[in-house]
Amino acid sequence: MRDVLLATLPGIIILTWFFGPGTLINILLGALVALITEYAVTRLRGQNPRLAVSDLSIVVTSTLLCIALPPYAPWWLIVLGVVIAVLLGKHVFGGLGYNPFNPAMVGYVVLLISFPVQMSSWATPRGLAEVPGLLDTLRHLFLPDTIDGVTAATPLDLLRQNTGLLFKDLLASRPELTGWGGVGWFEVNLAFLAGGAWLLYRRIFTWHAPLAMLAVLGLCALIGYDGGSSESGGSPLFHLFSGATMFAAFFIITDPVSSAVSNKGRLIFGALIGALIYLIRTLGNYPDAVAFAVLILNFCAPFIDHYTQPVVYGTRSKDS
Amino acid sequence: MREIHDIHGGIHPPERKSLSRPGELRDTPLPAHLILPLRQHLGVPAKAIVNVGDTVLGGQVLAQAQGAMSVPVHAPTSGTISAIEPRPIAHASGLADTCIILETDGADQFIACEGIPEWQTVAPSLLVERIREAGIAGMGGAGFPTAVKLNPGDSKPIDTLIINGTECEPYITADDTLMQCQAEALVEGAVILAHVVGAKHIVIGIEDNKPEAISRVTSAVQDASAEIEVASFPTKYPSGGEKQFIEILTGQQVPSGGIPADIGLVCVNPGTAVAAKQAIIDGKPLTHRIVTLTGEALGKPGNVIACIGTPISHLMGDAALSAEERQRIIHGGPMMGFAVSDLDAPITKITNCLLAPTARELPPPPPAKPCIRCGHCAEVCPASLLPQQLYWYARAKDHEQLSEHRLLDCIECGACAYVCPSQIPLVQYYRAAKGQMRDSEQEKRRSDNSRERFEARQTRLEAEALAKEAKRAARKAAAQEKAAQNGEDPIQAAIERAQARKIEQGES
Repeated sequence: MRDVLLATLPGIIILTWFFGPGTLINILLGALVALITEYAVTRLRGQNPRLAVSDLSIVVTSTLLCIALPPYAPWWLIVLGVVIAVLLGKHVFGGLGYNPFNPAMVGYVVLLISFPVQMSSWATPRGLAEVPGLLDTLRHLFLPDTIDGVTAATPLDLLRQNTGLLFKDLLASRPELTGWGGVGWFEVNLAFLAGGAWLLYRRIFTWHAPLAMLAVLGLCALIGYDGGSSESGGSPLFHLFSGATMFAAFFIITDPVSSAVSNKGRLIFGALIGALIYLIRTLGNYPDAVAFAVLILNFCAPFIDHYTQPVVYGTRSKDS
Repeated sequence: MREIHDIHGGIHPPERKSLSRPGELRDTPLPAHLILPLRQHLGVPAKAIVNVGDTVLGGQVLAQAQGAMSVPVHAPTSGTISAIEPRPIAHASGLADTCIILETDGADQFIACEGIPEWQTVAPSLLVERIREAGIAGMGGAGFPTAVKLNPGDSKPIDTLIINGTECEPYITADDTLMQCQAEALVEGAVILAHVVGAKHIVIGIEDNKPEAISRVTSAVQDASAEIEVASFPTKYPSGGEKQFIEILTGQQVPSGGIPADIGLVCVNPGTAVAAKQAIIDGKPLTHRIVTLTGEALGKPGNVIACIGTPISHLMGDAALSAEERQRIIHGGPMMGFAVSDLDAPITKITNCLLAPTARELPPPPPAKPCIRCGHCAEVCPASLLPQQLYWYARAKDHEQLSEHRLLDCIECGACAYVCPSQIPLVQYYRAAKGQMRDSEQEKRRSDNSRERFEARQTRLEAEALAKEAKRAARKAAAQEKAAQNGEDPIQAAIERAQARKIEQGES
């Protein structure tokens, strides 16, 4: 768990650099709320609360959720999201190890559906606007009226709202879309990719789900690129390095509890998430699609498991 | 050179084998008494044929085999039988079992042994019988009666005999020492066993962390009367599991639920091969074995030749145990062994190691945390199982899913528990679940049996009732026919008969 937290650091640092200290403060607030909630719930459930909070798994959940939330969301959104993640995402199913859904994504989706306005106000990246300082950030956090000044549409929003421009022209039309995944977003994705690669190197998880997801997402984008026409779904590079792609590939779909169990199963699990992300991004109502894609595949994980049991020693000849 | 195959999974725990100085073998003083369990093998216990007070010689049969899945027990030395009673034995659950207690007299007199030096001319079936009479059961740990293994039946021709000198479990060096000190006997035993099973090839497989054993055995096979191949392969736990070992050497897998003979192989432990040589050439029964005494709590660790039945406490004294508070003594190795609850329990034919670790060396496991299904266990499982799913279903007692996920193919090597970041004692769950599955299988068989008996009884009763009915109908028909012939009304006739009887009774 500690390794996973460490691996999110590059991504958090880059997010903070481009979008200001909002995410960082959200993460700290979220961790505090998560620890208190976890402690209280495990105590109420007659478990050992010290043991439950000491493995930091709940801080991983809250951190992942807070990375996904807009940097200048009001404080109550953070608190609500984390409490929902801990209670509805995890403890109603029996606590650590028993949750069929990714708790961070449960919290995210509940907030997204309940508070669409607050959830779709992302910050403007450094270079295009003044990045707020610490005091400004705290003011934004606790005085929601001041939120408007710093928010902007994300590159994925712009792509979805595109009507009639060639992909090439769309990129040229907006300063936010310079670079491969948009200003700031490319770097953020690169940082999460680096953190994920380190986790892979440490063998915290296997390569199967992340690689399958990225490969299928890239493949879908290639098919839907349509030569960059006005109907284009966006280039593969754009999809791989914008939005929450790398964050999802290495930090969300690799949650072992809610994913498929065998390596073969994880290949299918990751591949289908990649396909769904693309479909929802291009055809759905939401600009990014990671949370929905992950929850839908969490549903399917037991089904995938049923058909992907590895061939056990001594049963090889029987099957072939 | 033989092609070496890799197995799925496996781990590399610290080996710690040099602690017991493999290759050096020492004697251990004769204990005052020996405790000889009637069952030291897999199968039916032997039946005692001596009485309390009897004086016996070394090599004398104390208990006879009962049936095929059984082997006899011999006296390791001379002395007097002082009791035949339940005593604590080395068992994971600390059970007691019937044992013969032999007070040793120190004279160490042995019966006259007669070998079969010209064994090549003797029918294999006679040699198998001799091996059974010598009380030999697999000495690698399972204790399967060797005579049964050597007799797979005509439908399963044996091509290759393989000797499993892997000894992959950390700490243990008993086989290593045996291969170094008794390489000639090992080779001779292998040739005899190959003759017995009709194997054309002999392979001795040794893990590459035992270079001394490899070179000693390699030079011993030069002088052998048959061609023997020595194969070495990379060290990895659990390469010594019989099924894994077979895959490493042959690339073939023993079919699930089957035995190596199904693919033309017989696989034995080096200790078993040496015991077979002693039984055939020297005519000596199995009465002693090599035991590794190791662990940092021992002042004098090492490999000893000990009488079977020696109390564990005696060996611990011999190895200068300086016991800590709550000292654990582990029977077997750190991966698959179990803690002994009573040090008065004896070593048996299957005891290859006694491990006395300090608490620092092998700390007691911390409390288990929840399983997060990280899947590290599935990556190291040598049977390619999904231990995280088995754990889940074992806790839910879902026997259907457990057999679907092939729990019975688990070899209980403990690799999964070793890598588990939540420190869950997975193998304990699997053993318990296997036991429950066996029980419910038996329960089902019992209830099937009674249902069948009940149904058979119903059918029989119905058949009887039908037969009775048919008989009655036949009688009635016959009576009616008779009446019709005589022109009598049968009812009237019956009334008349009754009246006649009444009158008779009245008269008398």
